[in-house]
Amino acid sequence: MSASDIDAAGGRETPSPGDQRPAAPSATRRRAKRIGGVILSLALTMLGLMLVTFIIGRVMPIDPVLKVVGERATQAQYDAAYQAMGLDDPLIVQFLNYIRDVIEGDFGRSISTGQLVLNDIKRVFPATVELATLGTLIGVFVGVPLGVIAAANRGGIIDQVARVLAIVGYSVPIFWLGLMGLLIFYGILGWVGGPGRQDIIYTGMVPTVTGLLLVDCLIAGDWGAFKDAFSHIILPASLLGYFSLAYISRMTRSFMLEQLSAEYVTTARVKGLSERAVIWGHAFRNIAIPLVTVIALSFGSLLEGSVLTEIIFSWPGLGQYVTNALLAGDMNAVLGGTIVIGTCFVALNLLSDLLYRVLDPRSS
Amino acid sequence: MNMQTNLRALLLASAVAFAPAAYAETPADALVVAGSINDIITLDPAQAFEFSGNDVNQNTYDRLVDFDPADLDAGFQPSLAESWEASEDGTSITFTMREGVTFHSGNPVRAEDAAWSLQRAVKLDKTPAFILTQFGFTPDNVDEMITFDDTTLTLQLDAPYAQSFVLNCLTANIASVVDKELVMQNAEGDDLGNTWLATNDAGSGPYVLAGWRANEVVQLTAYEDYFQGAPAMKRVIVQNVEESSAQRLQLERGDIDVARDLSPTDADAVAEAEGVKIEEQPRGRILYMGLNQKDELLSNPAVIEAMKYLVDYEGITSSILKGEFVTHQSFLPKGYLGALDETPWTYDVEKAKQILADAGIEGGEVTTIVRDLREYTDVAQALQGSMAEAGLTLNIEQMTGAQVLDAYRAREVPIFLGEWGPDYSDPNTNAATFAYNPDNSDEANATGLLAWRNAYEVPAEMNEATLAATQEQDSDVRAQMYQDIQRQYQAEAPIIPLFQRIERAGLRENVNGWQSGGAVTSVIYRGVTKGE
Amino acid sequence: MSIAEETPQSRRDWLLSDAPTTRRQARLGAMYQGWLTFRGNKLAMFGLVILILLIAMAIFAPWLSPQSPFSQNLTDRLQPPSAAHWLGTDHLGRDILSRLIHGSRITLFIVGTVALIAPIIGLFIGTVAGFAGGWVDQVLMRITDIFLAFPKLILALAFVAALGPSIGNAVLALALTAWPPYARLARAETLTIRNADFIAAARLQGAGPLRLLIGHIWPLCISSLIVRVALDMAGIILSAAGLGFLGLGAQPPMPEWGAMISDGRTYILDFWWVAAMPGIAIFVVSLAFNLLGDGLRDVLDPKGAKE
Repeated sequence: MSASDIDAAGGRETPSPGDQRPAAPSATRRRAKRIGGVILSLALTMLGLMLVTFIIGRVMPIDPVLKVVGERATQAQYDAAYQAMGLDDPLIVQFLNYIRDVIEGDFGRSISTGQLVLNDIKRVFPATVELATLGTLIGVFVGVPLGVIAAANRGGIIDQVARVLAIVGYSVPIFWLGLMGLLIFYGILGWVGGPGRQDIIYTGMVPTVTGLLLVDCLIAGDWGAFKDAFSHIILPASLLGYFSLAYISRMTRSFMLEQLSAEYVTTARVKGLSERAVIWGHAFRNIAIPLVTVIALSFGSLLEGSVLTEIIFSWPGLGQYVTNALLAGDMNAVLGGTIVIGTCFVALNLLSDLLYRVLDPRSS
Repeated sequence: MNMQTNLRALLLASAVAFAPAAYAETPADALVVAGSINDIITLDPAQAFEFSGNDVNQNTYDRLVDFDPADLDAGFQPSLAESWEASEDGTSITFTMREGVTFHSGNPVRAEDAAWSLQRAVKLDKTPAFILTQFGFTPDNVDEMITFDDTTLTLQLDAPYAQSFVLNCLTANIASVVDKELVMQNAEGDDLGNTWLATNDAGSGPYVLAGWRANEVVQLTAYEDYFQGAPAMKRVIVQNVEESSAQRLQLERGDIDVARDLSPTDADAVAEAEGVKIEEQPRGRILYMGLNQKDELLSNPAVIEAMKYLVDYEGITSSILKGEFVTHQSFLPKGYLGALDETPWTYDVEKAKQILADAGIEGGEVTTIVRDLREYTDVAQALQGSMAEAGLTLNIEQMTGAQVLDAYRAREVPIFLGEWGPDYSDPNTNAATFAYNPDNSDEANATGLLAWRNAYEVPAEMNEATLAATQEQDSDVRAQMYQDIQRQYQAEAPIIPLFQRIERAGLRENVNGWQSGGAVTSVIYRGVTKGE
Repeated sequence: MSIAEETPQSRRDWLLSDAPTTRRQARLGAMYQGWLTFRGNKLAMFGLVILILLIAMAIFAPWLSPQSPFSQNLTDRLQPPSAAHWLGTDHLGRDILSRLIHGSRITLFIVGTVALIAPIIGLFIGTVAGFAGGWVDQVLMRITDIFLAFPKLILALAFVAALGPSIGNAVLALALTAWPPYARLARAETLTIRNADFIAAARLQGAGPLRLLIGHIWPLCISSLIVRVALDMAGIILSAAGLGFLGLGAQPPMPEWGAMISDGRTYILDFWWVAAMPGIAIFVVSLAFNLLGDGLRDVLDPKGAKE
């Protein structure tokens, strides 16, 4: 959601020198060992994630029982709820119980919505995914060409524009931009739909299949609902897209510059290839792999970074869900949400690592 | 030429193409409401105790007695009970059930259902259960105390309570009549259907619950066989929209029919917009200031007295709380039996200074916590400003509602600023919490009583007066008793009622018959109609 | 050029000498070279000027601000920008300009403290992990991964919620969520120099691990960390404003900019300046930090500047 977050994610894509260990005798054994190691470290990361969240939840001075029983409860009612929630067990027992339940696929019941956390997440996560996906698409389709053109015309007007655009993107408070955008494009101009995923009147008209509203509308063949949903998502997605664009265009530019200064490019130019062919045919093709990594990371940071956007746009997504839950002391929901976001983040990192290994000829 | 401009043009073009038709209208037979509904945690009437949950249940269930949406002041009216009669000694009431009413499931509404519903609520013993158990019902005796035959239901009480007191309590949501057969089919273990009812309805009310997605939306559809006639609005959709500005934009654009949480400035602006109107109704919530008597400074009678003059009643209600609250300095809200309209205090820093000086108090510092809602933090900051003028320093920390409530129940909030909403439509609901605290010790742990939370040792005669008022059969005398209590309260109590909430709902011009529930109940949709 | 010419010609030559005679001369010379490069970057200079102004504003806040940032006047609320109130008044009738000026202190405090704490935690953990290797490395990096996998704002929210909302805790929470990238960076740097000859030489001379770490490894990690910090500053400001926006940062009546936007959003449709003014302030300052960071990268991190 901010420059530092995206950079933080970006920082991971350089393989650290420590990874380059001397080659082991058997490649397959090495690979098996590496996969085992990856899985183990994944499991440890997730366990740590849960532990930290769990501890925070327990030291937090918010009483989850009160949320359940409400302010007029008597002490006896309070105690009954306290016991029913298993809070009288020792902390370690609570944690182990939780882990056991999670492994069995039971994330518990949310106290702020009164429903199973798993069902809640099934409902809110697609909303976040939809938003982040569209945001990333905008970031890619604008950011990549912009970065390439900027690199090709280094120091030119487009390069300058791209630079300013990126720096401004790193500098605007997203919640402020969101408020202003809503005011201008919805309130004054009426070009886009308002807060929420769709006009209220369309609520429940389209059966939920994937949870991605745009996709569901297409499946149902309801063009009106699709138009409505699109008009609602386009503004928040464009905002997120702008931040994604700032990052992607900068990274594309720097990858391209590296390629354009390489020898093969000079050779191609000498051979008389058109500049267009050199840029798109040769150089661009070579940056595809690192670019995919950058896009994956940018997607990850939008998944986790859309909290404020979701709040501004009343977007019923995971970020808003977890924030609400947190402020209500609803730790089952917070833990569930954290696990989902953490898993996505770890998975995206793993994916980009794998892409590196599979696609990059140098690493095999 | 320029990639960026091209793309922007493209985006704009597509936005225009996809833009909804300007000033769209909602369908003529649907009511679309925007409000904050993120407080719902369950829809079981035996458990639900949140504003938005009550708003739903009010419309999906009926009770033995209910309010008439067209005339709340008339008080409770026959609903599922056609008539009732109290025994001569006043310790029992017998209700005659209406014939021919059916639940949404098609099952008939019987006296058995009504009795079972009340028994169930007492046995489940969830938070709102006290509304019923204050008449002497316990999980053990309730089967004997509440009895029924084919057409009647009898409540046996443990004391000769005022009939108005009992019937007012029966208008509360916990007294909703649920469909016994349907609920028991869906019960898990011995939960009496508590889990199932959290997300389903088993009522006979004018609306059927079509769906609830937490923090998102509640959908209701009309019950065509409703015994008082099917409602005009065939669909009611309540969407969770928390930002006032967003609600206002939606209302002005015609995307919604009702906006329920407009800020004062937005409501002012809406009032002048075309095609939109504002309807005001006083609600039951009282914004008050609680001075914790455990605090050395705040327990000084002079400080208590001075604080009453350090609130800029006029200034606050004409600016930061404009249109949201009116000045109200007694604990029974307007609209309740025995409500007191006297406002003895005005904003007078000089007087406050004089009171403090006479008592030899020179300065002082208090740190308090306030829930992070705009209304409360703004009032707290205004108070901070006026206290500073009188030489008192107020430090404010903002916390979430849960945190503040937690500290408040532990008697750890020095100056509490917040609201109290009545639990049922009888004056006892506020009297029993503001002016009743039989044991002020920490051990008593009477966390439900505001007086206890503020460590206010209620004088014995006030405790007794509060109890006596619940058994006075003559309503006029009863009202007089409550007024006397309130006057005494104003004179000495460290809990200072300041303002009463009013709801300013923003409505599309064609919406008629909107009923937010006033001071005494929850929103009622069945009277709403839409003109051209 | 013109400024430099006012200083004695000889000092400039001394600084730019190709053959420095002392280590100090070499170091100062390098810094001067860097300054010349930096000065050539107009945007970075622009950023620097804004930040200097911001610091001056923070220092002289009581003298600069026309009114007290706290004094309320309910009859004068929500006034548009005018001669009396250059940037208008907020919902409690307080002068927005005065609040912005005093708020600059809070912003600087947050940024300064986080930018100090987070890299130090990161530096410590990263270098120890890289230098010690083995299971220490494994454990520390796993912890780093855990914190990296956390959704940042949510983690910060959780910390603040756990510790209680206040400006100090907001700073702490931001620092606790900001350190992992620094740790990774420091570890990577450490790994590249761990086996360098001069480390081996120092070890032969009997330097203990602690001495090696503090005396030899840390100094070499610092310049890349500084670049990183400079680039992160804007992010810190935005995150702090985000916390303030959610009511978990500075407490009223402190004029924290994010909280001011949050206050103003209720009035955004009719009284745009209440939210817009602090928004613009945040934008300008984080822009300045970004521009400065860009410039600093060119000077301190030639590798990165190649782009």
